[in-house]
Amino acid sequence: MSLSIARTLWNYRGFILGSVKREFEARYRNSLLGAAWTVLQPLAMITVYTVVFSELMRARLPGMDSPYAYSTFLCAGLLTWGLFSEILQRGQSVFIENGNLIKKLNFPRICLPAITVLNALVNFCITFSIFLAYLLIARDFPGWVVIYTLPVLLVQIIFAIGLSVIAGVLNVFFRDIGQFVGILLQFWFWFTPIVYSTATLPASVRSLIRINPMTSLAQAYQGIFVYGQAPGWDSLWPVTALAVTLCALGLFLFRRHAGDMVDEL
Amino acid sequence: MGVIQVNGLGKAYKQYPSQWARLAEWIVPFGPPRHQRHWVLQEVSFDIKPGEAVGIVGSNGAGKSTLLKIITGTVRPSAGQVVLGGRVAAMLELGMGFHPDFTGRQNAIMSGQLLGMPLETIHRLMPQIEAFAEIGEYIDQPVRTYSSGMQMRLAFSVATAQRPDILIVDEALSVGDTYFQHKSFDRIRTFRKEGTTLLIVSHDRYAIQTVCDRAILLDAGHIKMEGAPTDVLDYYHAMMAERDHHKIRQLPLADGRVATISGTGEAYITDAQLLDEDDQPINSVKVGQMLNLVVSVKARIDLPRVVLGFMITDRLGHCIYGINTHRLQQPLEHMAADEEAVYRFQFPARLGKGSYSLSLSLSRYDSHLDKNYEWRDNALMFHVFNTKQEDFVGSSWLDAKVKIYRSSDVKTP
Repeated sequence: MSLSIARTLWNYRGFILGSVKREFEARYRNSLLGAAWTVLQPLAMITVYTVVFSELMRARLPGMDSPYAYSTFLCAGLLTWGLFSEILQRGQSVFIENGNLIKKLNFPRICLPAITVLNALVNFCITFSIFLAYLLIARDFPGWVVIYTLPVLLVQIIFAIGLSVIAGVLNVFFRDIGQFVGILLQFWFWFTPIVYSTATLPASVRSLIRINPMTSLAQAYQGIFVYGQAPGWDSLWPVTALAVTLCALGLFLFRRHAGDMVDEL
Repeated sequence: MGVIQVNGLGKAYKQYPSQWARLAEWIVPFGPPRHQRHWVLQEVSFDIKPGEAVGIVGSNGAGKSTLLKIITGTVRPSAGQVVLGGRVAAMLELGMGFHPDFTGRQNAIMSGQLLGMPLETIHRLMPQIEAFAEIGEYIDQPVRTYSSGMQMRLAFSVATAQRPDILIVDEALSVGDTYFQHKSFDRIRTFRKEGTTLLIVSHDRYAIQTVCDRAILLDAGHIKMEGAPTDVLDYYHAMMAERDHHKIRQLPLADGRVATISGTGEAYITDAQLLDEDDQPINSVKVGQMLNLVVSVKARIDLPRVVLGFMITDRLGHCIYGINTHRLQQPLEHMAADEEAVYRFQFPARLGKGSYSLSLSLSRYDSHLDKNYEWRDNALMFHVFNTKQEDFVGSSWLDAKVKIYRSSDVKTP
């Protein structure tokens, strides 16, 4: 099943890559600075956080003396959360937005979520390389341990794809899902230790927050970038299993309802 | 290659009384179905041989587009199956997925990729696509600056850049200017000669008649009739005029054609004859001969206004001439029940060689689409021979004269 999907995606790689390129170009078309904006956006964000939290508010992480530790902590969680939320946000509406195309043309629909995910990844790669460059310049680069972000990212992306395909398919039939996802993401963001560290929380809340699958992912990134630690793989197993399950469920839903979806759009 | 087999095809849309019912059906395991099925297509079966051209006609909502969408694979059928042989190109809506901010070239590449063509193939075909679309420098301008005709040209060029084994067209050809319509028809005809199977939906009588070998009439999701395009179209038009559920009769004629009679019957044609100058019945007509068309009409009830019209069509169903007593400013006002009237039209047969058919209409106003008492397709048939006049081509005898001035005739001063 997943093999045939992979083959389909490969056969339509021209369309998928073309669409990703087109969407990227469309965003900066008719602007003078063009693609420079992709760089300026995250640069501005990192600068603001660094200035506001490190210099003005003098926020310090418990146990860390460096003035920049908190902004690194914040960026590590925030940028990766951005990828997750972009995949989920765009993915839940991808079938509805392309309703006309789906109704009129016969092409593999699985291309659409693939385009969304790749688009989000392109944006993330640009943003994240700015972050890495900033770390290098600020002499805060954690070293080879950075390699560990890749497997963590992979788990996070699979998790996001699973959720977004499920939300995308359900949203065609129940438009409430789209509204719900927006609210869910807000709560989820504050329920994940991105802006704050779990160390500052009371013990009772801490155990509650550990149930959140995003917690272990966010902490893994923060561990890598702030403390230069390899992620605790034990804590990542549950979320990996969940991600794979959700992906399978998403594909199952997609396959089962792809036909009805056209009728409903 | 090129075969289309449609077997017991049906399509039903699910209708839920409310969103909650749908939710219940999704969530409750082994529960009863909570939706009603609304069938838009039922028991549709036909076979199309490789290289054949078939037209599908029917009123809006008859299920034509749904049928094409199922055949192209966009919509999943609820019953039955479709077997397709070979590569299919479908033009359900031209310019689908064009992005206004990108250039024609970029959009052409994208839609080619969406059709599953590899990039190298598109690049190889690009010069041809450009040449056929004839949009010149615009190919490198954003599509938003295009006129709708230009978009359509480009989209058609991309969709038909490669000859498909099966070409499926939905109304798409009715856009664009006459020149390009002809050009696209020519391309479709060329494809046909090379063996492409064609399935076309159109309201354009001309398109179906000139391109198709066969026509299928869809009505309320069922196949109502299948046969020669002219017969099916006649029936369809009679049906359209008769949405008030009046009777339609079809009588087979000696030459294999079908006479279709429809109408309310409030007034009806009791007799129709084509006569020569001496009032003798005639069906072999000489070019230029004076003809008399005598039609007897009877009213069944009191009618405020009666208009009789006739129309002569050629072998292919193209209208050559048509007129009615409304346009001749001689409508009959106030026809009493059981009153009879005899009409006598006189006209010269300024027609080319060939066989013609004459249709009659009896209505209240100018058009038989409104208050149609009787519509009689192929009421009379006649052949035109040329024994007296010079031999000429075409369907109209314009009786041209010629004068020639040669340069040697001009006296030099």
